[in-house]
Amino acid sequence: MSAPAGSPHPAASARIPPKLGGAAASGAAAPAGPGPGPHQQNGPAQNQMQVPSGYGLYPQNYVAPSGHYSQGPGKMTSLPLDSQSGDYYPGLYTVPTQNVVTPNTASQQPGAQQMYGRVPPAPHVVGSALGSFQGAMSSASHLQTSASQPYSSFVNHYNSPAMYSVNSSVASQGLPSTCGHYALSAVSNASYPGVPYPSLPAGDPYRQQMLTSQSALTVRPIRESSLSGQNTAVSHPSPLPPPPSQQYQQQQSLSGYSTFSWSAPGLPSTQDNLIRNHTSQVAANNNPTNTDSLSRSVMQNVQPPKSSPVVSTVLSGASSTRPPPAAPRPAEPAASVAQPPELSQQKGMQYGEYVNNQASSAPTPLSSTSDDEEEEEEDEEAGVDSSSTTSSASPMPNSYDALEGGSYPDMLSSSASSPAPEPAPEPDPAPAPAPAVPQPSKLAKPFGYGYPALQPGYQNATTPLNSGVPPSSPGYSGFQQYAQQYPGMNQLSSSLGGLSLQSSSQPESLRPVNLTQERNILPMTPVWAPVPNLNLDLRKLNCSPDSFRCTLTNIPQTQALLNKAKLPLGLLLHPFRDLTQLPVITSNTIVRCRSCRTYINPFVSFIDQRRWKCNLCYRINDVPEEFMYNPITRSYGEPHKRPEVQNSTVEFIASSDYMLRPPQPAVYLFVLDVSHNAVEAGYLTVLCQSLLENLDKLPGDSRTRIGFMTFDSTIHFYNLQEGLSQPQMLIVSDIDDVFLPTPDSLLVNLHESKELIKDLLNALPNMFTNTRETHSALGPALQAAFKLMSPTGGRVSVFQTQLPSLGAGLLQSREDPNQRSSTKVVQHLGPATDFYKKLALDCSGQQTAVDLFLLSSQYSDLASLACISRYSAGCIYYYPSFHYMHNPSQAEKLQKDLKRYLTRKIGFEAVMRIRCTKGLSMHTFHGNFFVRSTDLLSLANINPDAGFAVQLSIEESLTDTSLVCFQTALLYTSSKGERRIRVHTLCLPVVSSLADVYAGVDVQAAICLLANMAVDRSISSSLSDARDALVNAVVDSLSAYGSTVSNLQHSALIAPSSLKLFPLYVLALLKQKAFRTGTSTRLDDRVYAMCQIKCQPLVHLMKMIHPNLYRIDRLTDEGAIHVNDRVVPQPPLQKLSAEKLTREGAFLMDCGSAFYIWIGKSCDNNFIEDVLGYPNFASIPQKMTHLPELDTLSSERARSFITWLRDNRPLSPVLHVVKDESPAKTEFFQHLIEDRTEAAFSYYEFLLHVQQQICK
Amino acid sequence: METVVFVFSLLDCCALIFLSVYFIITLSDLECDYINARSCCSKLNKWVIPEVVGHTIITVLMLISLHWFIFLLNLPVATWNIYRLIMVPSGNMGVFDPTEIHNRGQLKSHMKEAMIKLGFHLLCFFMYLYSMILALIND
Repeated sequence: MSAPAGSPHPAASARIPPKLGGAAASGAAAPAGPGPGPHQQNGPAQNQMQVPSGYGLYPQNYVAPSGHYSQGPGKMTSLPLDSQSGDYYPGLYTVPTQNVVTPNTASQQPGAQQMYGRVPPAPHVVGSALGSFQGAMSSASHLQTSASQPYSSFVNHYNSPAMYSVNSSVASQGLPSTCGHYALSAVSNASYPGVPYPSLPAGDPYRQQMLTSQSALTVRPIRESSLSGQNTAVSHPSPLPPPPSQQYQQQQSLSGYSTFSWSAPGLPSTQDNLIRNHTSQVAANNNPTNTDSLSRSVMQNVQPPKSSPVVSTVLSGASSTRPPPAAPRPAEPAASVAQPPELSQQKGMQYGEYVNNQASSAPTPLSSTSDDEEEEEEDEEAGVDSSSTTSSASPMPNSYDALEGGSYPDMLSSSASSPAPEPAPEPDPAPAPAPAVPQPSKLAKPFGYGYPALQPGYQNATTPLNSGVPPSSPGYSGFQQYAQQYPGMNQLSSSLGGLSLQSSSQPESLRPVNLTQERNILPMTPVWAPVPNLNLDLRKLNCSPDSFRCTLTNIPQTQALLNKAKLPLGLLLHPFRDLTQLPVITSNTIVRCRSCRTYINPFVSFIDQRRWKCNLCYRINDVPEEFMYNPITRSYGEPHKRPEVQNSTVEFIASSDYMLRPPQPAVYLFVLDVSHNAVEAGYLTVLCQSLLENLDKLPGDSRTRIGFMTFDSTIHFYNLQEGLSQPQMLIVSDIDDVFLPTPDSLLVNLHESKELIKDLLNALPNMFTNTRETHSALGPALQAAFKLMSPTGGRVSVFQTQLPSLGAGLLQSREDPNQRSSTKVVQHLGPATDFYKKLALDCSGQQTAVDLFLLSSQYSDLASLACISRYSAGCIYYYPSFHYMHNPSQAEKLQKDLKRYLTRKIGFEAVMRIRCTKGLSMHTFHGNFFVRSTDLLSLANINPDAGFAVQLSIEESLTDTSLVCFQTALLYTSSKGERRIRVHTLCLPVVSSLADVYAGVDVQAAICLLANMAVDRSISSSLSDARDALVNAVVDSLSAYGSTVSNLQHSALIAPSSLKLFPLYVLALLKQKAFRTGTSTRLDDRVYAMCQIKCQPLVHLMKMIHPNLYRIDRLTDEGAIHVNDRVVPQPPLQKLSAEKLTREGAFLMDCGSAFYIWIGKSCDNNFIEDVLGYPNFASIPQKMTHLPELDTLSSERARSFITWLRDNRPLSPVLHVVKDESPAKTEFFQHLIEDRTEAAFSYYEFLLHVQQQICK
Repeated sequence: METVVFVFSLLDCCALIFLSVYFIITLSDLECDYINARSCCSKLNKWVIPEVVGHTIITVLMLISLHWFIFLLNLPVATWNIYRLIMVPSGNMGVFDPTEIHNRGQLKSHMKEAMIKLGFHLLCFFMYLYSMILALIND
């Protein structure tokens, strides 16, 4: 049943001719197509507008059931009538009040519909019996009557006139537009006596119900009776004058009529046909039902069968269960009438635009179904876009856009991983100095610093950015200079010669370290990514390690060599990182290899002026004419100086060749749990507050759309269509077969409906305060969200506070609390059902990503729920034991996370393809996405905090090459509706000896990749397998290394310097929440840690695995750096062991997502007073989350250090001050991974264990 | 009787051969990017149970008709089929899961499996054919 019911909606929108879509896409509120125009108007005006075409229709319909019930008016005003349904008098139905209201004046029809659905389960049954199609129709009907009417398309298809009648019966409950107060606040139905409505004849009897719907009333009651158990007793035979059969006929005639009317306006004939089909279908459906029984038939007229459960209209907040403050209602009728016709027209036009959008998107093949590749081949595209002249490209080849900064202004820079500006080895010139150091010139030393001397251009470019303004011109000049410096591609091949490791790099990274002897294995400064052993020219061109890292910076020549080294080979990607400096290129032709489609990059070689050789597949390609012109130097014939060839990270503005459909607008949908549990936790307040604050900062353009849904055991939609006087709540209680009550007015333009949105956000936190509904129908809510989003795609943010307990996708508690600290088997790490996975794939196919915010105090089966985000490229946030009052630190964290979440950059309908040099192949991907084909990741959304990992294997020997390259291309639609491609290219040398392989190990990348692999292993096999595999990784690699080193004493545990941290990190992983055993760990916590491992970029993941510990009670300016005129002390890293924690000290632990400050028992009182603001240790409160701003030197130093740490990452962590001996200290001590715990080795014990294993 | 058993086995075996070929074609389509993982897996998952049933029927038939050699030959394959079906994790969408098929060389191992089965069924086909002719002659 569901299929037929659900399908019509999308279909309807799709039917609109594509041409319209074009206009819509452009964002202009172009006049709607002639056909839909009239119907589209919303708001009070509707009545008037509709009159011409619709008028005729209505009368007929209405006559049958109960007179006309004015169709029009309803939308604006939604009444909160829900509660009253029980009260209404059956007898009243008979009253033929409808006539009273003429269609034009009818505008007021207050929403009569109430939440019948809510009342009892009974309605559901009825609905199902009646037939699926009707359900859809009913929903349609609701729309019409209520504000949603505007959607002509919808109307066309679904509602045959018959439907109209139905709708009318349903009675939309909108409050009259005139009433100033919002339903939310104002509305208790009860408060309204029918009195205020003079025009309503029926009003008196109906009282509360009647208030809302004058005309609709008659119908309504019927529906109620049939639908809701309470009312059922009442039979309304009398009220319905026409016998069912007659009605049916009427309907049919109407339908025919309607089609004509539609056609008249000039809709394309195809559309007409479609409409007809629909109508006929409808009629068919109706027929049987009508004949059924009288009561049934009545119901139909009144409300489509299916709809019964659905009862949708409700105004915001009006349901009886939730009493909103009652507000007096002004006379409604007048208001609607008063509305100027023009207004309505305008709306109509806008609506048309909207429709167009949908239409345009609909016809294009969805990416999931078509195997479109990230970059479509021209021929593929041709079908879609007939006029694919690369119109988007500006004629000016060199128009560099302003550098695109991240949305996160405070974020200084990219180099989260490399916070310290000073380190000489930093391979990434631009980012490193930029963020931390405002005055690069000061720091720039000729060679030590990145590439300052060689690349003045970079420096120039970055400095201005630091100040926060990204001017395009500096970047531009930077390019110029850079270009001059660059030796030229022709020389590249010759420069490749010096790749092998003869240089002096060997000593340090290969220096053997006796792990058991070395007491301080952890360096004093943060660990840097190793620099690939390339020659200087290539090195400075190479991609920043923050975006792109490989576990082995020297790629072994053959798989055999790799196997011998026993190290994982893979890539760690952070492709959409916030960048402070990024060349953006607009040109008519994006130069790519003709066979492997690689984008031209700095590592290609130019054979001569006219030809270049691809560095991945070695094909020789022609240089297009346009590429000969260099926009930077304005010179001709220097293709190797183009910015594409000078930067390993570039962004192209893509032409229409790269689109399957017009770029989608930014669309955000919030799906909120409002069950008792959720209200209790109080997250709504935080969320709504954050949203209100950041509404203007949501990335997007003038087309940005937003929508809200709430759910408990039913699903509530909010009609926010512009022109409504208040948000209108529509409740769907048929969770077994969810449909959208008004598909087109639920996602509204952010700018046009901003007032309504704000009203809703203000009202939401209090709307559900007295709810007693404890169930949560998450699955159906997600299905509804999917339906709502599927025409456009976009982002769905789901807030959930408990285990889904109703409808599809319900879950059972699987956790056995007694097993939390089990050392043996940890079960249930995988999903319990494939429902969420399937839905996620559907969403992914429709370019919709689902982000999950789980705020629960109890087990919520994150393992199952996470699938919805994992495969739709969303992200997952988890706030265990969230409570806005009792757990303020979680509330603060949510608030900060939300701020970042709402304002960060976002890319839509993205795909990412990773290519690598022939001979290498990728076999496993980690992260949140769906792998659509072998190397194509489908990402419905991409956000700057998403990281990915890829495992590689060497399929063919790489002996004939000395370099390998990897290229990721991320094609996405920016929030401004531009199609862009971000390309990163990484170049690494190939080596043939095992020692060289060990010399180039990037231990952090290797650990992150291993962590990802271990997560997979623990889900597919078992946790203990994964732990064994981690230990074996250390054992194998160290023993393999041992065998390569001659003359080693076998008793010692020797590691190359590059791998000296490997055992420590693996031990840290074993003690990580995700993999630890023996320590009590809640299943959800464990699963969340696994999710984070899978989707965090390397920089954040490393902090999570191995936190940084600093001593902060003796900060000095020694070695301090200067950031924005502030002195930031740089205390040395301490090893994570209690032996470092002296009672006299205070320590700061940076865990990535949280900071802990541990205060020793006999900590200097001066420090406590100067920094914490308390006289002594005893007076420090247990829960302290902020450092006071004190005017002392030590306070200033501590604060500037913490601020600096915070600024280097997107999520600002919450600070916890932990006193020694406070209960919270276990939280702190569990991060001291070098220490022994009851269940796990200390670091030294672990080394001995490894040694033992090696000797075996 | 013999004849009926083998005629039926022969037909069943033909169906299984076709199924194996279909699996191979679909998987190689996926390998070449002609179809996406989602549609490939939903196509294949539909036929997993028919394959298991078809093969189990032959196996049981051979047991009942007391052809021990053929029964023992079929037993491991039938067991593997059933085991594979049972061991699908609850969160997966079937034996072929679109989210995992590209991981860890699953695609290749599925392909290998389909090839082996094809060979096995071909072998069986000729065996049944031979047995059938023998049975016909004996009649």
